[in-house]
Amino acid sequence: MMKFDEIQLRLLSEVADLHSVPEGAYNIRSNGESAGRVSTANIEITPKEEGNGLDIHIKPGTKNESVHIPVVMTKSGLKELVYNDFYIGEGADVVIVAGCGIDNCGPDDSEHDGIHRFFVGKNASVKYVEKHYGSGNGKGKRILNPGTEIYMEEGSYAEMEMVQIKGVDDTDRKTTATLKANAKLIVRERLMTHGDQRAISLYDITIDGDGASADVVSRSVARDNSYQRFDAKIVGNTACHGHTECDSIIMDNGRILAVPGLEANNVDAELFHEAAIGKIAGEQLIKLMTLGLTEAEAEEQIINGFLK
Amino acid sequence: MLELKNISFSVEADGQDKEIIRDVSLTIPDNKFVVVTGPNGGGKSTLARLIAGIEKPVSGSILLNGEDITDKSITERAKLGLGYAFQQPVRFKGITVLDLIRIAAGKRLTPGDACEYLSSVGLCARDYIDREVDASLSGGELKRIEIATVLAKGSTLSVFDEPEAGIDLWSFQNLIEVFEGMRENISNSSILIISHQERILNIADEIVVLRNGQLVKHGSKDEVLPELIGTSEAIKECRNGVVVRSGGEA
Repeated sequence: MMKFDEIQLRLLSEVADLHSVPEGAYNIRSNGESAGRVSTANIEITPKEEGNGLDIHIKPGTKNESVHIPVVMTKSGLKELVYNDFYIGEGADVVIVAGCGIDNCGPDDSEHDGIHRFFVGKNASVKYVEKHYGSGNGKGKRILNPGTEIYMEEGSYAEMEMVQIKGVDDTDRKTTATLKANAKLIVRERLMTHGDQRAISLYDITIDGDGASADVVSRSVARDNSYQRFDAKIVGNTACHGHTECDSIIMDNGRILAVPGLEANNVDAELFHEAAIGKIAGEQLIKLMTLGLTEAEAEEQIINGFLK
Repeated sequence: MLELKNISFSVEADGQDKEIIRDVSLTIPDNKFVVVTGPNGGGKSTLARLIAGIEKPVSGSILLNGEDITDKSITERAKLGLGYAFQQPVRFKGITVLDLIRIAAGKRLTPGDACEYLSSVGLCARDYIDREVDASLSGGELKRIEIATVLAKGSTLSVFDEPEAGIDLWSFQNLIEVFEGMRENISNSSILIISHQERILNIADEIVVLRNGQLVKHGSKDEVLPELIGTSEAIKECRNGVVVRSGGEA
């Protein structure tokens, strides 16, 4: 396994909470190449023939196992497009930890575009955690454009936690999902932009089976001159339940556009959208100041809690 | 000791200055439990906000233990030993009860230590410690947590703005015991409570009556309470067994 330098180790800890080699199956991608890969009896990670990504096969019935596939980039000017496909066998129950950290101290833009496809088998359950993080003070931008496609079989369950808190200059994320009968999808997105950053997050979810449900909740903070767009569409074609929520704090000159999109094509489809955008409530700041925090400390506490 | 000297406060309404507090002078001695009462709209909550630094007086000065704090910020006053419990406690998304108590204490308390503050306000601590201080909590629960944060902060002078407001009578009956406990353990601190409740007035060392922004009476409980019970409409509601919801801002 490749040896990591300090910056790479810091990025790994930020995006995957990794401080050493993870347990279970993993693939660590560093500056465009694999820096270590391990498969297990139940989880097989193989590189695609074209060399531009991984196929991850999880055997039916696999329980309580995890897959880590973090990506770190520390070379300025590196651009890559990676396709990772996850095949989660019937009745499996696994945790997948992805995430990408870019440190760019150079003059050129660094970009990682990761397309993740999830084929969640019948009655399988997956928890997916994806963290994005950028650092480095070079002029080059840190760009992340994740695409996530989720195909859910009957009775399957997917919980997606997607977090981008700091340092990513530009992001276009698109998440699509189709759900068969009794499938359940939960998405929790946390997003913070600062400086002149821009983040677009689009969801397009189609519910095709009776009894299926999707719940997408985004909490975000836009500070400085940053801009965010949250565009969540759910199409209900059956007797199903869909809910999207955008809950946002704006600060400084931050701007946020929330676009609801609900399409019910069946009389028994129940679809909801909620959106709230506003600055931090003055009373919240005052409460924490009466406990001895300065206004800036109070703001940090409120935002940290909100994005937790 | 807290001293208010000739405090006045006004707001602009419809292009005119409206006086909310008129030339109030008041001293809260150490180790005393002082209750401020009076009709709704009389300026009680404003007085509490002036003491905490949320509002600044138009004229007059405020001294805490001899130090002039009139121009000090909310944060500076808190650090100097002022505590303030909101009439309507604030909710936070994502901040847990434990987080809030840790912020109040100014150190990383263990969950066990934090639980003691919750227990002392009558909450079964382990049910609450990891809950978010958000809309999932009832008014009574929030009130207790609010009081627990003020206890955890540890202040030489704690101001409670109408703890009975916005909660049902049953919840308040239990809350009174919390204040009775505070009264017993007051050593080296003072407590100022804004209240209409007879049971709170009954445990006061001193009672202050504020009406139309003016201090109309200040004396020992034995001196002031009999008069109030005989005449004041501020007391009437609680004698009828109805918990009064305050007028709030005025």
